[in-house]
Amino acid sequence: MILQRLFSGDMPRSKVLTVLLLGILLALLLTPFIFPGAKALNVAAKILIFIVLVASFDLLLGYTGIVSFAHTMFFGIGAYGVAIALTHLGPTWTAVAVGAACALVISLLLSLVIGLFSLRVKALFFAMITLAVASAFQTLASQLSDLTGGEDGLSFKVPALLMDGFQKMIWDADLQQFLPHPRMIFGVEVNGKFVAFYLLAAATLVLFLVMLRLVNSPFGRVLQAIRENAFRAEALGYRVVVYRTLSTMLSAAFATLAGILLALWLRYNGPDTSLSFEIMIDILLMVVIGGMGTLYGSVIGASLFILVQNYLQDLMKAASQGVSQVPFLKDLIHPDRWLLWLGILFVLSVYRFPAGVVGKLRMRARRTT
Amino acid sequence: MAFALETKDLTIRFGGHVAVNAVSCGFEPGTLTAIVGPNGAGKTTYFNLISGQLKASSGKVFLRGKDISGDSAATRSRHGIGRAFQLTNLFPYLTVMENVRLAVQSRAHVGLNLWSIWSSHKDLIQKADEVLETVALTAKRDMAAAALPHGDQRKLEVGILMALEPDIFMFDEPTAGMSVDEVPVILDLIRSLKARRDKTILLVEHKMDVVRELADRIIVLHNGALVADGEPAEVIASPIVQQAYLGVEVAP
Ligand SMILES: Nc1ncnc2c1ncn2[C@@H]1O[C@H](COP(=O)(O)OP(=O)(O)OP(=O)(O)O)[C@@H](O)[C@H]1O
Ligand SMILES: [Mg+2]
Repeated sequence: MILQRLFSGDMPRSKVLTVLLLGILLALLLTPFIFPGAKALNVAAKILIFIVLVASFDLLLGYTGIVSFAHTMFFGIGAYGVAIALTHLGPTWTAVAVGAACALVISLLLSLVIGLFSLRVKALFFAMITLAVASAFQTLASQLSDLTGGEDGLSFKVPALLMDGFQKMIWDADLQQFLPHPRMIFGVEVNGKFVAFYLLAAATLVLFLVMLRLVNSPFGRVLQAIRENAFRAEALGYRVVVYRTLSTMLSAAFATLAGILLALWLRYNGPDTSLSFEIMIDILLMVVIGGMGTLYGSVIGASLFILVQNYLQDLMKAASQGVSQVPFLKDLIHPDRWLLWLGILFVLSVYRFPAGVVGKLRMRARRTT
Repeated sequence: MAFALETKDLTIRFGGHVAVNAVSCGFEPGTLTAIVGPNGAGKTTYFNLISGQLKASSGKVFLRGKDISGDSAATRSRHGIGRAFQLTNLFPYLTVMENVRLAVQSRAHVGLNLWSIWSSHKDLIQKADEVLETVALTAKRDMAAAALPHGDQRKLEVGILMALEPDIFMFDEPTAGMSVDEVPVILDLIRSLKARRDKTILLVEHKMDVVRELADRIIVLHNGALVADGEPAEVIASPIVQQAYLGVEVAP
C-alpha cells in the first residue's frame, strides 16, 4: 500500500520491467562500490541526471503531446544559474539557493510565455518557435561571455560538503572516534564526490517520484486526454490552454532542476554540456527508446542510451582488435564507426519497439495475464 | 416562461456560404426539441455555434438569459451545455472507462488537482461505472475506445455526455450507424432523460418515427435558415418536411 502511494498507483505492471528497473536502481546505487574508477561514477551520475531530464521531457512530449525543442534551454538555465551564482558569490549553499531560485524563476517565466503560445498556433509552428527561441538563447549565452564564460564555460567551486568538507565535518564534530574507518566504507573513500553522488541519487529518486505523482494525478490524466483529442477535452470543459501551459511550465521547472544537479556534479558548465542541440536530440532518442508517455521509460531510455554512448566505443575497440585479421569486418566495427552503429541501434529499436521498451514490456505482460 | 437556451439572429458564413442564417429560437426548460432538415442544412453547424466550437459571424447565444456568445467551448461546457458529436469524437487510446471518467472528473472540478492520485478518487470511478452501465458498456470498460465497434463508440459518445450531467443535452444523430438492437439503448436513455423534465434536450435526428415519438416540438432548418417550427404532427405534415424526408413533390 505504501508502495502503491509512493508510485502513485502506477506500478511497472510487467515482471521483466520491474526486474530491469530494480537492476538499474541497484547498479546505480552500488556504482561506487562495484565499478571502480572515475569514469564509471561519472557515467552513473550522468544517468541519474538524465533520468530527471528525460522524464521532464516526457511530461511534455509523451503525456501532453507537445513537441518542443527548447527543453535543453531550461536544462541550461538551471546549470548556468548555479554556475554563475557559484562563480560570483563563492562556494556556499546560499549561492546555490540564489542561483537555483533565479534559474527557476527565469525558466517559469519563459515557459509561461512559450506555453501561452502553444494553443494559438499549430503544433509544427510551435515546434519551430521553440527551436528559434532555443537557438537565440544559445547565441545569447555564448555572447554574454562576461557572465557565462562564453564558449569556454565556467569552472567553479561547489559548497564544501560536495568537495571534501564531509571529512572535515566529521573531524570538526569529533565524530571520527565513533567510526572504525572514518575515511572509508567497505574500502571506498568517502570523499566529496562520494557524498555528492548519493545526494544526487536521492534527489533523482525524489524528483522522479514527484513527476510520477503529477502524471498520475487528475491533472495528469487531463494532459493525456489533451494529447489524445484536445478538441474533445475542451468540449468536456477543460481549458486546454491552461493545461498545456501548466505542463510546459512544470516540464521546464524539472529540466531546470536537472540542470542545477548537473552543474553541482560537474563543477563546470558550458554550452556543450547543457545547452547544445545534440543533447536535445539525445533526450528525444532516450524518450522514444524508453517509451513515450511512460515515465519509467525515462529510466530505461537514459540508462541504455548513456551506457551505449559511453561504452560502445570501448566495446567496438575490443571487438575490432579481436578480428584485426578480418579485413572488412575490422573496418566495419572500428571504434570510429560508433556513431553509425548507434544510429543503426536506434533505428532498429524504434522499428522493433515503436512503443518503446516499456510500452513493449507492458503490452506483453498484458497479453500473458 | 424564461428560456433555458436561446439564439438570436445566429449566423455564420464560410467564405460566401451562409451555413447558419439568422436563426432565432428559444428552448424552454424541460422540453425536447428535435431539429430536422436535409443533409447540409446546417444542423451540426448550429450546434457548433451553441456549444462554442465555432464562433458566430453575427448574432448571440443566451444561456438562462445570460449572453455567452463570447465564451469558449470549455466555459460553455462548464456552465452546463453538453454535447455529443455526430462524428464520434473520443480519446482513442484511453480506455472506455477513462473516457467517461474524464467527463465525470470535469463535472467534479478536480482537473487541476496535481497532487492526489487519480485512482484514489473512488467516487468518480464509481460514477463512471454507473454511466457505463446505463449505456451497456460495462463489459468493455477496459478496452481502448478505438478498439470498439462503431455502434459501441456511438454509445460511448452518449455515455460521455451523460457523465457530464449538463443542463442542456445536445444529441447530434445519436443513433446514426447503429445496429437495430443497439438503437433502443440510446432511445431509452433519451426517453428517461426527457421524463425527468428538468433537462433541456436538443436532438438532431433523421428518423421521423423517432422524432414523432420523442419531440415536444420540431424545428426545421433548410439552407441554414429556420423554415418551420411547431408541434410535431403539424411540422411533419408541412410541405417542406414532406419534400425533404418523404420525397413527396409539393406543388409550389
Ligand atoms: N468548417 C466549415 N468550413 C466550411 N464549410 C462548412 C464548415 N462546416 C460546415 N460547413 C458547411 O456548412 C453546411 C452545413 O453543414 P452541417 O454539417 O451543419 O450540415 P448538417 O445539417 O449537420 O448535415 P448532415 O445532416 O449531413 O449532418 C454544409 O454545406 C457544409 O459544407
Ligand atoms: Mg450534421
